[in-house]
Amino acid sequence: MEIKLVKDILEANEVIASQNRRLFADEGVYVVNLMGSPGAGKTTLLERTIEHIKDRKRIAVIEGDIATSRDAQRVAAYAIPTVQINTGGACHLDGNMVREGLRELDFDKIDLLLVENVGNLVCPAEFKIGEDDKVMLISVTEGDDKPLKYPLMFQVSSVLLLNKIDLLSYLDFDLERFRSDALKVNPHLEVMAISCNTGEGLDNWFRWLEERVNKKGT
Amino acid sequence: MHELAIAQSLLEIVEQEALPYSGARVTRVKLLIGKLSGVVPDALRFAFEVISQGGIAEGASLDIQEVPLRLRCHQCGEVFVVDDPFMTCPRCEGPEVEMVSGRELEIRSMEIDDGDQAGQGHP
Repeated sequence: MEIKLVKDILEANEVIASQNRRLFADEGVYVVNLMGSPGAGKTTLLERTIEHIKDRKRIAVIEGDIATSRDAQRVAAYAIPTVQINTGGACHLDGNMVREGLRELDFDKIDLLLVENVGNLVCPAEFKIGEDDKVMLISVTEGDDKPLKYPLMFQVSSVLLLNKIDLLSYLDFDLERFRSDALKVNPHLEVMAISCNTGEGLDNWFRWLEERVNKKGT
Repeated sequence: MHELAIAQSLLEIVEQEALPYSGARVTRVKLLIGKLSGVVPDALRFAFEVISQGGIAEGASLDIQEVPLRLRCHQCGEVFVVDDPFMTCPRCEGPEVEMVSGRELEIRSMEIDDGDQAGQGHP
């Protein structure tokens, strides 16, 4: 006997993600889902971002990792609320994991929640967590061919941060090719070239982020 | 390997839907998987086979229909299928397109073997 269903396989996750989104909306908290490959510099970006914004905005961080709390320790050193989620093998955060992590946060004291996803260019793009924006970080050492090899993440992101541009002179990374491929995959993507090491380009990112936080809070 | 997480969600749906048919076994599940969903059918089959062991869906086959990436151009209205994830219209090169299909991750139906009702088992 055949039973007709027509159901989204990720429906359970979508339901939880939209509950998270409603909570964030009610509390006026702006949420970034930061995705990118291992070693692209996600945690360093968080550190630079926290240093810059923490005196003006109240920040909290959720750190997703397969194992260890090393990233969370780095972030917690800035004396901001930090929640570590170990996925125990899963290659991405999902709505439910984030919901569990939210219990440890006091939303009355938060304007901006930065969620660092597990380092991976594929899976995190598939699972919503209730975020306002997905932000993708990639570094020049990974090669300029990634937009066409991992299109979904480029497509679902609002901002693409290209990190480690201070190393460009040592590599055969074609910045224009990378940018134009990324925009072919997602014409609405905001591409920002940055270096968390030298600080180059970070002002653009800080400005973009702060505008979003202000908009959500009003 | 997000196929494992997806297989887990799939198994939960299948087991839930099979509850009213107690004792029935799930023999086949039909799925739609979009080209841009990032799911590799073979990896999904393997993950499902592993996690369904010992349950009512053990041995069920996944009948996967892949859905191409189909876009519609805002400028000229053309609907076209692309292999590359380039989001530009091949006819007028308009940059504004919307996705018509390609991100599906849907379960369409499932087949159960419920013994008696299927006319098997008893003479």
